[in-house]
Amino acid sequence: MAKIITVTSGKGGVGKTTTTAALGAALARTGDKVVVVDFDVGLRNLDLIMGAERRVVYDFVNVIQGDARLPQALIKDKRLESLFLLPASQTRDKDALTEEGVDKVIEDLSRHFDWVICDSPAGIERGATLAMRHADIAVVVTNPEVSSVRDSDRIVGILDSKTLKAERGETVDKRLLLTRYDAARAARGDMLKTEDVLEILSLPLLGIVPESPDVLKASNYGVPVSIHDPDSAPARAYNDAARRLKGEEIAMDVPKQKLGLFSKFLRRAA
Amino acid sequence: MTLWKRLFTNNSAPQARERLQILLSHERQVLGGEDLLSSLREDILAAVAKRVPCERDSVKVRLERGAPMSVLEIEVEIRGNVDLGMTKAA
Repeated sequence: MAKIITVTSGKGGVGKTTTTAALGAALARTGDKVVVVDFDVGLRNLDLIMGAERRVVYDFVNVIQGDARLPQALIKDKRLESLFLLPASQTRDKDALTEEGVDKVIEDLSRHFDWVICDSPAGIERGATLAMRHADIAVVVTNPEVSSVRDSDRIVGILDSKTLKAERGETVDKRLLLTRYDAARAARGDMLKTEDVLEILSLPLLGIVPESPDVLKASNYGVPVSIHDPDSAPARAYNDAARRLKGEEIAMDVPKQKLGLFSKFLRRAA
Repeated sequence: MTLWKRLFTNNSAPQARERLQILLSHERQVLGGEDLLSSLREDILAAVAKRVPCERDSVKVRLERGAPMSVLEIEVEIRGNVDLGMTKAA
């Protein structure tokens, strides 16, 4: 049976889709079978971030409505053998995802994969609660910024009440992933520090992804940032986070950009 | 944060931290309370409905929070004149 991860945040634009793709690719790179599932019906983007937008034929809603079988809708990644994508539908019908339909699809997927990673839409509406319903682990993506921290706190409350685990009296394993972190600004006192966010939200830390131009660059190419340039700072942060999800103990740090000789020289000259 | 600090340092992170701590301690109470009230309402409805026919909408639960003590106000409307003999029969 698969471990089911939901990547969630409440607030939009903090890096849920980037994180879903990056963790999915990082886990698949270790040889595990991974499927990433887009729950953002009407505003799908995981296909684009994964570089699979031109290969979408059937989607999540087609499977639920019986117009396609699950294997027909799954898209195999071009780079990693064991990575698959189930795209969301672009329909404007918000109720296209039904509880029973989602239950059935997640159940089928978890029989064939090691990891099912659900990319939640922003907000706390139906799509978001459906995405978190089956979660064993919730990755709460947060920026060191007041509105994002507040919304994450709200999402934590919902994870504790509206998931299948909560209904059974169990708790979802919640982990904080701090993204767009700028260690220099935090040190200057211009940005919430990791410890501040941890103290406010009181969640265990899964990783710290530094603010980096590599994230945008990887999305331009349609390659998950964790495999685009594996030596880049965000790639190392995501690969470390994936290994922590697999139970490895890895010292927590903010990966820094490795500078080549040439850029070191440029930096000194600047 | 004192006025002195506000004037002579330009560290904004402590402001963010303080505002969040105050806001979230409030929001957790209110939103957590919402869940408490709705579960209390369900429990009361179940307990009353066991003895007297009673509709979901007729159970009202309010909580007035105060510093020395809070008051939980429960109001259950029951249709018609309640036959007190029912308690003996049950």
